[in-house]
Amino acid sequence: MSIMSKFRICPETGLYFDDQAEKLIKWNAVTGVVFLLIGGLFGVLMALTRWSEVHILPADWFYLLLTAHGLDALIVWIIFFEMAVLYVASSTLLKVRVAAPRWGWLGYWLMLIGAIITNIMVLEGDSSVMFTSYPPMKAHPLFYLGIIVFAVGALIQVFCFFGTLVLAKEQKTYEGSLPLVTFGALTAAIIAVFTIASGAIILVPTLLWSIGYIAHIDPLMYKTIWWAMGHSSQQINVAAHVSIWYLIAAIVFGAKPLSEKVSRMAFLFYIFFLQLASAHHLLVEPGLSSEWKIFNTSYAMYLAVLGSMIHGLTVPGSIEAAQRKKGFNKGLFEWLRRAPWSNPVFSGMFMSLVMFGFLGGITGVIMGTEQINIIMHNTLYVPGHFHATVVAGTTLTFMAISYFLVPILFRRELWLPGLARWQPYIYGLGVAGISVFMMAAGTLGVSRRHWDNNFADATLGFDYPSAAHMFLALNGVSGVLAGVGGAAFCIIMVGTILWGKKKADVPAAQPAPEPEPAVHTAGSAGTIAVPGTFVLALIFLGSFILYYYVNWKYLSEVWGLS
Amino acid sequence: MAIHPPEVKIWWKEPIHSIEIWWVLIALVWSLVMFVMMPYWHVYGEQNLSNEAYRVTPEYFGEKVEEMVDKYTIREEGDTGIPVVAPPVGSDVFLLGRLWEWYPILELKKGESYRLHLSSMDWMHGFSLQPTNINLQVHPGYDFVVTVTPNESGKFAIICNEFCGIGHHTMVGRMYVTE
Repeated sequence: MSIMSKFRICPETGLYFDDQAEKLIKWNAVTGVVFLLIGGLFGVLMALTRWSEVHILPADWFYLLLTAHGLDALIVWIIFFEMAVLYVASSTLLKVRVAAPRWGWLGYWLMLIGAIITNIMVLEGDSSVMFTSYPPMKAHPLFYLGIIVFAVGALIQVFCFFGTLVLAKEQKTYEGSLPLVTFGALTAAIIAVFTIASGAIILVPTLLWSIGYIAHIDPLMYKTIWWAMGHSSQQINVAAHVSIWYLIAAIVFGAKPLSEKVSRMAFLFYIFFLQLASAHHLLVEPGLSSEWKIFNTSYAMYLAVLGSMIHGLTVPGSIEAAQRKKGFNKGLFEWLRRAPWSNPVFSGMFMSLVMFGFLGGITGVIMGTEQINIIMHNTLYVPGHFHATVVAGTTLTFMAISYFLVPILFRRELWLPGLARWQPYIYGLGVAGISVFMMAAGTLGVSRRHWDNNFADATLGFDYPSAAHMFLALNGVSGVLAGVGGAAFCIIMVGTILWGKKKADVPAAQPAPEPEPAVHTAGSAGTIAVPGTFVLALIFLGSFILYYYVNWKYLSEVWGLS
Repeated sequence: MAIHPPEVKIWWKEPIHSIEIWWVLIALVWSLVMFVMMPYWHVYGEQNLSNEAYRVTPEYFGEKVEEMVDKYTIREEGDTGIPVVAPPVGSDVFLLGRLWEWYPILELKKGESYRLHLSSMDWMHGFSLQPTNINLQVHPGYDFVVTVTPNESGKFAIICNEFCGIGHHTMVGRMYVTE
């Protein structure tokens, strides 16, 4: 393979695009969006089926498509897009060619083949085992094999990322330390290796079990190791979308991190303090001691949570500093009011930040509290929570950065810019609704992964409170709204790629953000105070504390358990 | 900017923004409080799960259930004649989950404690007691022992909230608590 590589410099942004990296970014991202479209469509059908008056799917299709929805929307779409993010964070930001691009392509094709195999198995109807596939329930062997092939492909692309970092270091394409965004992406990649290793440890034996080579898979062991993959994979998402928050703050505002040290330390917390986060999923399980549960759900000090709380301050803080530097200094919040709310890159990112924190973060920690989990485990509260972290957090962020990346990668003007302005709000509102109303129904006891909330076919019936059905109806409406927003995103992206006006090869109207740093030197006299962000952070903390103790109160009212 | 290498090469020696220091400290204190709440509740709270669990075979557990049903059945309910069992206060009470029912129906007394044993005969199930909202995971091969003390009387449903195949949504059991 030739050492020489073709590249171009984006005339608008000055970004460096290696030829192979650019192709890998495009293919991974576009493939991801295709799976988002499929998974998202299934998601809308879930919301409509839970709405009693609509109840659109029959039972077998509900469970089948729920399995497919989880796989496509949570895993396939997100991991494909993350691969694109890794190439941007390494090759593009470090101005270096991709290491071993042929391996990258091998990884891409393995992921695609694996995803297709698993999807076919699910859609054929004999692998409706849910995304978690807990044994002794058994799927078709190819269901597990597809996931394994997908994971191997992802691992190969992750190693291309590592190789690209080494190459950049070797060729001295940058000086000093990695940019913060690349550092965050590296965090995600390291967690990905741990995640995929855990997945292999449990899914390979499960595959052998499904074809009869292994007699028995202990369900508790499966759950413990499976969630070392399942939960950590969500931490890949968090590390990736937080990196993109910093990226967007940099490209939209020219913002600089308040201090490199604090932000990097927060990323490091993700690596160190989440490895046995599978405990969050095992808090009402037999056979595990309270000591084990308490320690592994918190590591005695919740440092992974602390990491997210730090990013929750430093990302908006860096934006505030940049805005104040530009003169938006009036009061506490002029910097925020005068932010570019009609730019979907920013609006999507900022809504994601707020919803990830307020809706996803707070509820996740509360649900991961050993005893409080008793009143939430496997209720709709759980999907309510993770739609705020994964959909509002990760997916909305990935949509936001797509508005920046797709036009410069494909050299096209954004198609339907008017719709693009509104899309993050439509989608964000829909997702907020899905999340809040599922959590509300879950608080009233409604079960997750359940086709019939009226128990029409059960020998012994039961009625949920009527408020629960109202929340499920509102969840249905929100699902449709999110579906409209998601479809708008896919239409804008596909339209941009196919029919967007070709960009002329001259610098466009919007020049690159000025390279002058928004904050001179952290901690010195030149530092710009960020009181608005601090107030927002305190409001967050207040909500957190209040809602945390509300849930202890709920718990204290249920039967005595010991 | 976050997309460029740090301007100050020795960035780890830069002083930290004071707002960041405050926030890290406040958040750390809150994280510690949340950790302490869990052991605290084990000492002062009334809703804690036991650490008691045994490995069992479905056959053995099924026999224990039948023993109890034979001794303490007071009536039958439902189209299929599910036995309603009123075990003595403080005794070992057995409830099994299988595709797709909870068996048998238990009748407990308010304010009294029972050692509730939960296990599955086949796949994983979820014990979700409604409307009081207590949710526990039920594994095949494990006997999960939880001491329960009902604090309200009435008719309760046990909904399976772990997906267990095509009949999952029909898996609804019942429990009574009398004054």
